[in-house]
Amino acid sequence: MFPELNNLLDTAPDRPEQGTLTLLCDAKTDGSFLVHHFLSFYLRANCKVCFVALLQSFSHYNVVGQKLGVSLTAARERGQLVFLEGLRSSVDIFFQAQEDPHPLQFLREANAGDLKPLYTFVKEALTPTDSGKAVWRCPVLLVDDLSVLLSLGVGAVAVLDFVHYCRATVCGDLKGNMVALVHESRDVEDEDNDILLNGLSHQSHLILRAEGLATGFCRDVHGQLRILRRQASRSTARQERSLTYQYKIQDKNVLFFAKGMSPAVL
Amino acid sequence: MAAAATCSPDAQGTGSKAASSRSNVTSFQRRGPRAGAADSGGPRLVSIAGTRPSLRNGQLLVSTGLPALDQLLGGGLAVGTVLLIEEDKYNIYSPLLFKYFLAEGVVSGHTLLIASAEEEPTDILQELPAPLLDDSCKKEFDEDVCKKIPESNVQMKIAWRYQLLPKMEVGPVSSSKFGHCYDASKKMPQELIETSKWHGFFLPEKISSDLPIESCSLAPGYLKLLQFIRNVIYEEGFDGSNPQKNILRIGLESVGSPLWGDDICCTENCDSSRSLTKFLYLLRGLLRTSLSACVITMPTHLIQNKAIIGRVKNLADTVVALESFIGSERETNPLYKDYHGLIHIRQIPRLNNLICDESEVKDLAFKLKRKLFTIERLHLPPDLSDTVSRSSKQGLADSAKLLGPGCGTMARGEKHLDF
Repeated sequence: MFPELNNLLDTAPDRPEQGTLTLLCDAKTDGSFLVHHFLSFYLRANCKVCFVALLQSFSHYNVVGQKLGVSLTAARERGQLVFLEGLRSSVDIFFQAQEDPHPLQFLREANAGDLKPLYTFVKEALTPTDSGKAVWRCPVLLVDDLSVLLSLGVGAVAVLDFVHYCRATVCGDLKGNMVALVHESRDVEDEDNDILLNGLSHQSHLILRAEGLATGFCRDVHGQLRILRRQASRSTARQERSLTYQYKIQDKNVLFFAKGMSPAVL
Repeated sequence: MAAAATCSPDAQGTGSKAASSRSNVTSFQRRGPRAGAADSGGPRLVSIAGTRPSLRNGQLLVSTGLPALDQLLGGGLAVGTVLLIEEDKYNIYSPLLFKYFLAEGVVSGHTLLIASAEEEPTDILQELPAPLLDDSCKKEFDEDVCKKIPESNVQMKIAWRYQLLPKMEVGPVSSSKFGHCYDASKKMPQELIETSKWHGFFLPEKISSDLPIESCSLAPGYLKLLQFIRNVIYEEGFDGSNPQKNILRIGLESVGSPLWGDDICCTENCDSSRSLTKFLYLLRGLLRTSLSACVITMPTHLIQNKAIIGRVKNLADTVVALESFIGSERETNPLYKDYHGLIHIRQIPRLNNLICDESEVKDLAFKLKRKLFTIERLHLPPDLSDTVSRSSKQGLADSAKLLGPGCGTMARGEKHLDF
């Protein structure tokens, strides 16, 4: 986790928020550093994490996690992390039919209907077992990323249904959190992706948007982060706030600064 | 010199349904021992010919066949990833890059897998460029440089700031096992081809016309190709089961063209719009779990639905686009007279890391000299005309617009802002 981002979001590992849906989107840049931040943040906060990783392998997240101070293999062994490695499972399920329903069952179908097996997998992973003692703080679902589901033949509405079901279960029933990454394509018209993005933006409590700079590539400032926070309760009269910061990604950390205040410029 | 880390079967996590029971070997392993590693046995250092670890994260890299391109990609092509080459309009220069990749595999002793819908793999193999020996390669390079600038090593007196600019052109890497130079005018000697091990996939042979409709929404050509690749990986042990480790170089030519049975190049709203992206995803899954590297050439300029191009780029790790000047008005533009086209590095992956080695030079042009294919930084010549004519100003403005926002791989800006 990046301490500066924690300050900007006003959270800390010992007091994470509960019941929120966080949307991460990136436009013209790579927003995966946000996924690594939230993964290490929730593991440090002692939450039970279910990570649906569709785009990269386990060892990729593990190596970056170790740079940020968490060990994914250790977390997986003690049961804190449930990791669905999409790339490896997709090969297994595509070439051999599995007996019991697999979360990525839709890969075998011509017109992928819905993501119900995936939702069942998430629900089983995050529902606390009946042992009685509460070991972990709150369940968290992390998805990287939802746009890949569109590439695999699932419709935008089916993905929105899946998010809705997960939000009802994870955020509503289990009082946990959900974080999902969606790519945004601004120069091409991708209708399905726009439907997905608009639908999710409407439901999320916190939107983190990583954008490229309007002026192009810069060595010292890698992009701009827009934070949009919506109040869950309508009772408070606070307006929706949108904050913009620029960032530079380093080997083990990400530096955030106000627009135009990059240390390279000052 | 080259080092890779492999790991023994990892411990099964409780409740993780998706853990594989086979020993997982991926190239995404950290070099050197890890503190508190849960894997029993720890990583062993194994060297495979023709590979080297990345300087940034210990990732295993193979050469693409062009040392200049290797440098732009951060050292080479990472094992387990896909390099997507967007073809130029008349498909003249992208087959060259394709053949360089395969020739590098022959010279390094890697196994090749060549798939094409148009040409027989045996014909492709016969046309590979011949490798240049180290000293003759240096001689070629020197004589070309001498023709251009006689005194390039003299201290610059007037434009001394330009001395500090990074020198883009990469000379031949002499006496190394990584990255060789190739002579595009000569063919690879037959005995060298015969020592190499290769598997060919020629689509018209593998597919019969009365194939039943597959139920999984992949075009039949892609399905057969995936099965073929998977069989090669498992039979030859590239997934780690073979103790003698070697790299499988997969070259797929013109994927996405109508010859593969895919109609994304024909219509905008096509039924099988997910076929190509699903194929790329499953290919990515196969590659990540094996010691292989893949180069795909794709005619993206033919794809009607632009949204698919965006999705394809997200699913490929490294994306390089070629834009040749042939047939465009730039061919006769005196500004580009030294070059044959532009090369854009659209995307570089961030593997095992938060950052990647992006090159700061965004304006790159390529040139096919008599023997060598070189990639250089695009320079605008100074405007030396006494009479300021409209045509030359127009050319400058066009090229300035070209150079303006750049093609930042990670951060791209608005198009209307140009400098």
